[in-house]
Amino acid sequence: MNEQQQTLWQFMAEQQDKLLTQTLQHVGLTFISLLIAIAIGLPLGIFIARKRSFSGSVLAIAGVLQTIPSIALLGFMIPLLGIGAKPAIVALLIYALLPIIRNTFTGITGVDNHVTEAAKALGMSKWHVLLHVELPLAMPVILAGIRTATVINVGVATLASYIAAGGLGEFIFGGISLNNSNMILAGAIPAALLAIILDALLAVIQKISFKKLRVVLYAFPIIIIVLGCFYIIPKTNTSKLTAGFTPEFMGRQDGDLGLRSVYGLKIHTTVISDAVMYKAAYAKELDVISGYSTDGRLKAFDLKIVEDDKKIFPPYYAAPIVRQSSLKKFPGLEYALNLLAGKINDSVMTDLNYKTDYLHQTPEKVAKDFLLKTGLYKASRNGNAGVVKIGSKIFGEQYILAEMYSILIKGNTDYGVETKTGLGGTKICFDALTNNQIDLYPEYTGTGLLVLLQPNKDIINQVTQDKDKTYTYVNNQFQLQFGIKWLKPIGFNNSYALMMRRKQMHELNIVTITDLKNYIDKD
Amino acid sequence: MIEIKGVTKYFGNNTAVQDISLNIAERENLILLGTSGCGKTTTLKMINRLIEPDSGTISISGKNIAEQNSELLRRSIGYVMQNTGLFPHYTIEQNIAVVPKLLKWDSKKTNSRIEELIEKLSLPQICLKQFPHQLSGGQQQRVGLARALVTDPPVLLMDEPFGALDNVTRASIQAEFKALEELKRKTIVMVTHYVQEAFELGDRISLMDKGIIVQTGTPKELLYNPANDFVKEFLDGQRLALEFKVTTIKDVWSYLPNGNAASDQEKINDEYSIWSTLELLKSTKNKTLRVESIHGECKTVDFTAITSAFSNYQNNNSHE
Repeated sequence: MNEQQQTLWQFMAEQQDKLLTQTLQHVGLTFISLLIAIAIGLPLGIFIARKRSFSGSVLAIAGVLQTIPSIALLGFMIPLLGIGAKPAIVALLIYALLPIIRNTFTGITGVDNHVTEAAKALGMSKWHVLLHVELPLAMPVILAGIRTATVINVGVATLASYIAAGGLGEFIFGGISLNNSNMILAGAIPAALLAIILDALLAVIQKISFKKLRVVLYAFPIIIIVLGCFYIIPKTNTSKLTAGFTPEFMGRQDGDLGLRSVYGLKIHTTVISDAVMYKAAYAKELDVISGYSTDGRLKAFDLKIVEDDKKIFPPYYAAPIVRQSSLKKFPGLEYALNLLAGKINDSVMTDLNYKTDYLHQTPEKVAKDFLLKTGLYKASRNGNAGVVKIGSKIFGEQYILAEMYSILIKGNTDYGVETKTGLGGTKICFDALTNNQIDLYPEYTGTGLLVLLQPNKDIINQVTQDKDKTYTYVNNQFQLQFGIKWLKPIGFNNSYALMMRRKQMHELNIVTITDLKNYIDKD
Repeated sequence: MIEIKGVTKYFGNNTAVQDISLNIAERENLILLGTSGCGKTTTLKMINRLIEPDSGTISISGKNIAEQNSELLRRSIGYVMQNTGLFPHYTIEQNIAVVPKLLKWDSKKTNSRIEELIEKLSLPQICLKQFPHQLSGGQQQRVGLARALVTDPPVLLMDEPFGALDNVTRASIQAEFKALEELKRKTIVMVTHYVQEAFELGDRISLMDKGIIVQTGTPKELLYNPANDFVKEFLDGQRLALEFKVTTIKDVWSYLPNGNAASDQEKINDEYSIWSTLELLKSTKNKTLRVESIHGECKTVDFTAITSAFSNYQNNNSHE
């Protein structure tokens, strides 16, 4: 049955176990981090309300933390805290801190001076004034801060799936990678509902009169702790090895589905972003990851490919895909793009990736150096005959390819170039292409077949026998269905591959995926 | 009772209060009078250590307050402020019960004391369960007073207690305040910038200016023996009204005409000031009153008799 025709309800019903787990994880993540953020933010807010000279610096630091991009923050934390729950909770609590500290400060300093003076004049101690006068009067403002923090946390918690901490982000980002709208919605709708419901609940608490406030003050922390526990309970992991797979890999036939059906591999699996996956494997947070065979980080982090002895990862060509209307609009474009055809083989691509991923050279420099070396480089003509828009997915190899195409177009045609690099995933790139937002981006024939065309099993078995058969099939179908042409392959093959640390493979005597399965099944 | 000795307070580079000394007798009602920024409120707040002096000492009943626990000290001193300072999240009952709770009174004792006070201060019973914002300004001020009086402290500090009220409400609360038996047993220090209020309520007045006490004395002394031009000019604007307030029937007794009194007339004693006698006259039915001296003599007075007696009294005392 074609997945496109499945309704959202069918998908959610089918995946209800996963949906429930993810929702509970999401609620748990949100509230554990909220609880810790309150435990830190409230006393800190009270402190700076007392010692005003500290307020500027504390609020500034909390403000700066708030502006760190979330995925960068998660990345920073892997060396310190590994992957999974810990770094996710820390990242979330960092985002929740600012509204809680600021509102506590504002709430307490906003209490009428006459009231606090009266409290003092009646002989109340400092603690008494704080607990019985200042905090109760500041409570509506403090609760407003907690409310803001909660909504922020529900949103940011979707990113937790990047570092194997679970939550509704697994569906959202999996759906984006797999071009599955139902999957995206199955994650996004509950996340949005969660935000709306929690916001409304806290709004009710905020408006409760002073009389009932005392009850709420006792009930509130208990509720938060209970909700926070949702996250702890489902965490039971007995497997010897842990695998971290990308959301896309999880849903692909030449991915986790194939590993289960062909190899019968039963490994404890977490969902993680490919941006942090290699690093996590290197830091021994993960043992098995789903990488790309040409990825430079393979070399950088001393990882080794586990041999695919049953051939579930067929090799795929990388080639630029271009809208036919763009080829007509820019007549010189095809020639310029084809200059790269056949020029980069597997080892060259791995080396180029290594330069960006490990030696930290910019993709611009790596692209230019390569073109200079191969004699393809021509100085820019500063063309003004129109602007070609190049897209790329959000990983190193695609950045390099986009840069190479940019240089080739500028040097060989009179067109200008605009690059839109770092588009989140296959679906985002492809939608941008079909909606005229970009003219071309580099794609892989396997992805085109399995993710974008999604033909029935017979056709898949038939065309994946051979690299060229796959290429011909996707090129024909793309022209027919989408008006998009696959230009000549660049030369290298990129496919999925399971990877482990070289040292661990040696120690455990693992060479093939079958070895891996046998090791896991042992005792 | 309260002894202030050589007290100075700076706020940064500004001198708020400079080397002031003042003795307040037991059961005395002393008014700190002056314009804004003269240091009167600072002086008041140093008595319960809301502000700590930079030098000098303050003692209450012979004990230096700097050596006492400030929280315990404050619980033994009533404090009434201009903006009432009631806790908006407490009911009136809870507001009044703050200090008894701090002193760990049992609830029976607290409740009976609260009942007693709200009756004395003519607050409605129903207000006990209400919150401050549900009460009128005058009622809130009475609650503020009740809160200060609930543990019957010997000393009461009042910071512009009637300042936030409209004229009509202020006059009626002032009158109640004067009549309140409970307050007559207390040593009261009150801050105000209303000259008439000071004259109406004070046993003695300390007139302050720029952080120093210019003159301390009874209303009469300030009016008739001003220490300098500042005191004289400060009072000049309302001199006639003030004179009416400080002069009593006893003062002008000898200038009042003798006359037999009809028995149905309203009778007052000779402690009444000219001001309040005139006010009473306005409301009596045949515009006459019977006044009785401390020796049992009686005279009947009307508006003309009072004003001419006052004017004769003034002329004969002008050389003082």
